Parts: sequence; C-alpha cells; structure tokens
Amino acid sequence: MSRITVIVVAVLVLLGSAGRAATAQNAKPVNEQTVYDIAAHLRCVVCQSLSVADSPSEMAGQMRAIIRERLAAGESPADIQRYFVDRYGDWILLAPPRRGFNLLVWLLPLVAVVVGLVATAALVWRWTHRSRGVRPPPVAVDAAMSERIRRELERGS
Amino acid sequence: MKRLWRWLIPLAAVPVLALLAYGFRVSPRDIPSPLVGRPAPAFTLATLEGAPLGLETHRGKVVVVNFWASWCYPACYEEAPVLERNWRDYRERGVVVLGVDIQDKREAAQKFVGDFGLTFPVGQDLKGTVSVDYGVYGVPETFFLDRQGRIRVKHVGAVTDDVFRTTVDRLLAEAAPQ
Repeated sequence: MSRITVIVVAVLVLLGSAGRAATAQNAKPVNEQTVYDIAAHLRCVVCQSLSVADSPSEMAGQMRAIIRERLAAGESPADIQRYFVDRYGDWILLAPPRRGFNLLVWLLPLVAVVVGLVATAALVWRWTHRSRGVRPPPVAVDAAMSERIRRELERGS
Repeated sequence: MKRLWRWLIPLAAVPVLALLAYGFRVSPRDIPSPLVGRPAPAFTLATLEGAPLGLETHRGKVVVVNFWASWCYPACYEEAPVLERNWRDYRERGVVVLGVDIQDKREAAQKFVGDFGLTFPVGQDLKGTVSVDYGVYGVPETFFLDRQGRIRVKHVGAVTDDVFRTTVDRLLAEAAPQ
C-alpha cells in the first residue's frame, strides 16, 4: 500500500472520530432499561428462540450497541423497531404483529379455551342431569319370584 | 348424535395434523428477505489492510456482496474457491465480488484470505452495522446486486458455480442503466 493511501485513510479515520465526538456532545443520555426493553422484543438472529437482550452472542451485542447509538441520536423505540423490521422483516419480532395470517396465532388459543369451556359445561350438564332424568326401569317381579324372595328371607333369619 | 360425536374428535385432529405437516416441511432457515428488490444499503468499510472499501465506487456494475467469517466451517470454506474462481472469470465483464468479514478476528480473517489466495476486496464489519443493514442472520449469505444497485437475489448458504453463473449472467444480460 502506498504512503498516500495510508495518509488518506488516517485522515478519514480522524475525521470520522471527530464527527463521532461532535455527535456525542449533543447525544441524549441513554436509559439502559429502554435498550433492554427494545432488545427484549427482537429475536437474536444467530440463536434459536433467544431475544437480543438475553443472548450472549457477539451479533446480539452489536445489535444492542446499535439500539444504544440510535437512542442516543434521539430515535424513538418505535423508530428503532421499524429499522430492524425494515431489514429483517416481521421475523425479527419475537411477538408476531396482530394482523393477517398472524392473527391465527393470537386467536386460536382463545378459540380453544372457549371450545374447551363449552364442551366441559355440556358434559357436566349431561352427567348431572342423566341420573335424575333417565331412571333405570323397575325390575319386573312376578308372583312366583316374590314368593321365592319371601321364602329365602324367612330361611335366612 | 352419538355417531356424529365419534367422528368429530378424529376429524378435529385433521387441521392440526395438516398444520404440523406444513410446519415440518418449511425450513426455519428460509426467511424471505424484505430487501430483495430494494436499493442495496451503501457502506464503507476498511479492508484487512486498512484501505477504504466502499460500495458506491462500484455503481453501474453487477456486484456480488458476500458475508463470511473464518469460523464459518464448512460452508464458507466450500464457497471461497468458487467466489475467487468466478471473480477472476467475470471481473473483466463488469462484475465485482466484495467480501464482508463479520464477527471475526483480523488475524484469522487474514489467514483465511491467504489460505484461499483470495484476490477480491474484503472489508471487515467490526460494528455489525453492515450486517444488520443487509438483514444478515448467518454466514455465509450472498447478495447479488444489479447495475442499478438494487438487491436482486439473496442466497443463503455456500454459493456454487451454478448459482453464481446463472444469477450473474442473468443480471449482466439486463440493459445497462442510462
């Protein structure tokens, strides 16, 4: 690499850090709880079923740094969430947004609970009402049988 | 009435089984990228030697942006020779391959570049901002940009000769921007 390129790069790096120092001066103080809340709703992209807040991976650390930087620049949590959704799609959100096909995920458990309650109520009603409603038919006892019962009872005592 | 109930319970299992059958056939790694068709996010990175590497300087060319890491074995090791070979074959025809090394150590990345004799420019995404801008969730991932600078194809996993050639040939065949 030529000496000129080295100088150009050095100047660029210096300019870059000077620019960053300038923005750092009028940067807002960042609440770590806000960073955590945003990160907790984002899926860690290199893990299985972990949020950006909970993952110890390097990628998640970098994503938390991006959240921190954007909050410092004055963006709202909604802006930052949109920034990630724009790049990764709804997939990045740990809770699917409540619209379209995703509604199924939100509604099915409720439907299952309602169906279960109705079914249980119907069964319980049937069990409690059958004993009173449908009586077993009386056993037919003819004269010969009652005579035999009487004899058996007499012999036993 | 009794008969109906006897059929209703197995019948209720059918949609559940259908949902499971669908779910198990879909790969959780196949995530559609919202970026396909959109302008590729600009970036300027430093190469492993410290020189600036910008996407903007390659406007008007077909650009292949490849995200990799030296720890990504075996997929990145499989595709490195493929990328190098095709970069050499296509560079005279207005095609650029740019490597973006993510979540890596400089020494390990330099060894990787040396081992495979890579000659296309490689930048290091030290802060992860370029990875997030491209919606990268793993390595290797490769983005094929047309001459207008739009992302046209996102390829997850190792790039093969076939994928590289068919995609790049298709993008080269399109009319050059005015």
